[in-house]
Amino acid sequence: MPLSAVPFDAAPYRFSGNVYGTLLNDRAALDALGASVHEAPYKAPPRSVVLYIKPRNTLAGPGDAVTVPADAPELEVGASVGLVIGRTACRLSEAEALDHLAGFVIVADVGVPHQSYYRPQVRFKARDGFCPIGPRVVAPTAVGDIGRLGIRVFVDGRLAQQASTAGWIRPAARLLADVTDFMTLQPGDVLMTGVPHGAPRVRAGQTVAIEVDGLGRLENRFVAEAKVTA
Amino acid sequence: MKRARVAYAGALHDATPHRNAEGAPRLRLADGRVVDEDAVVWLPPFEPGTVIALGLNYADHAKELAFNAQQEPLVFLKGPGTLIGHRGQTRRPADATFMHYECELAVVIGKPAKRVKRADAMAHVAGYTVANDYAIRDYLENWYRPNLRVKNRDGATALGPWLVDAADVGAPPALDLRTRVNGVVTQQGNTRDLVFDIPFLIEYLSGFMTLGPGDVILTGTPEGVVDVKPGDEVVCEIDGIGRLVNTIVDDAVFGRG
Repeated sequence: MPLSAVPFDAAPYRFSGNVYGTLLNDRAALDALGASVHEAPYKAPPRSVVLYIKPRNTLAGPGDAVTVPADAPELEVGASVGLVIGRTACRLSEAEALDHLAGFVIVADVGVPHQSYYRPQVRFKARDGFCPIGPRVVAPTAVGDIGRLGIRVFVDGRLAQQASTAGWIRPAARLLADVTDFMTLQPGDVLMTGVPHGAPRVRAGQTVAIEVDGLGRLENRFVAEAKVTA
Repeated sequence: MKRARVAYAGALHDATPHRNAEGAPRLRLADGRVVDEDAVVWLPPFEPGTVIALGLNYADHAKELAFNAQQEPLVFLKGPGTLIGHRGQTRRPADATFMHYECELAVVIGKPAKRVKRADAMAHVAGYTVANDYAIRDYLENWYRPNLRVKNRDGATALGPWLVDAADVGAPPALDLRTRVNGVVTQQGNTRDLVFDIPFLIEYLSGFMTLGPGDVILTGTPEGVVDVKPGDEVVCEIDGIGRLVNTIVDDAVFGRG
């Protein structure tokens, strides 16, 4: 199912194709790095919000197959809640930030596992199909407290990860305020709020389902890369 | 052939260079109107898709920033909000102590590219324009370098003035480029000195991500980056491609501070 078919009942009614990820927004993920955040190459913990981009070639819909590249035995699947922008968001205060959302949606932030957060290669995060989104955009009024949603990831039907949005270092309103201080978000843009520490790893042949309270279930199967013939 | 995209008299237009009877430069809109170059708002000269940028892709600049030779290109991505056109303004925040321009050859993709080999790569190029990829080094942190706060600020990546057809430029291009700050040359180089050249970059990138029409590769900058201040006029020029003008402004212009 293409991304354009993901139900989106609030203005602007469709995705812009611009998807941003937030690095290390889960307290447990930062804590897991321990004292290394003070050592080379990092030399200090992150001060400001650190983002990355999932370009348009990565976008996929619910049910789409995700290709596991031949040179990566497994992939990690970050289960994220995406903030879907409803109104132009520029220099927002925390108090007004959430008023600019059209809703929330599940995003599967797929990547090739990598150890270093210093300068990871874009190819770890930006492969074709590495960003399934869906199954629908849910209005904020239908969700309740965005800071208290349970997240569950199933691999082949077995519970592989249980997390919550309660662990965010920057809650949604603060994240939007910090990001829009230097970059404007447009209607239909998606800002991922971070991925919970301990993202499950999956291999070709497996199916991953992400459930978030009130947001439904996003399911994608992982398939082996076809042999490239010269 | 070279083309611009401009806003004029309430609409967007494609425009081409034109000379009036005295030989002075003007713009000819697609509908036939001939207008002064400063009567329009210049937009990036194509509809941008994914913006891909290269770090440290000239050996001299890598040395300037004390980096060792690389095995693989240092690629980062930018969003659409950072893009502005020719004769735009870029904000220098009051707390910045080192903000610098980067004059770069921008390669615009013209047809989808997936697992394209080096020998076939140039056939996927629609054309070229000039980029000025500003950075504010104060905001650099050692997490997912270079973080978007350094490199994806609103209005901090200028593109233009023209999209020049690939057919009108050598392949791969060997073009002198330079930056002038208030008329003084501060940066010079030639695009033949790219560490990873354009065919390599298209093969490399299309090996993991499908490139589409409008995707653009900013190929990196040579040495000679200096701090720029509010009021400075920064002109990035690439021979045969264009002369991209930008002005640095302060927080007050944006009602900040």
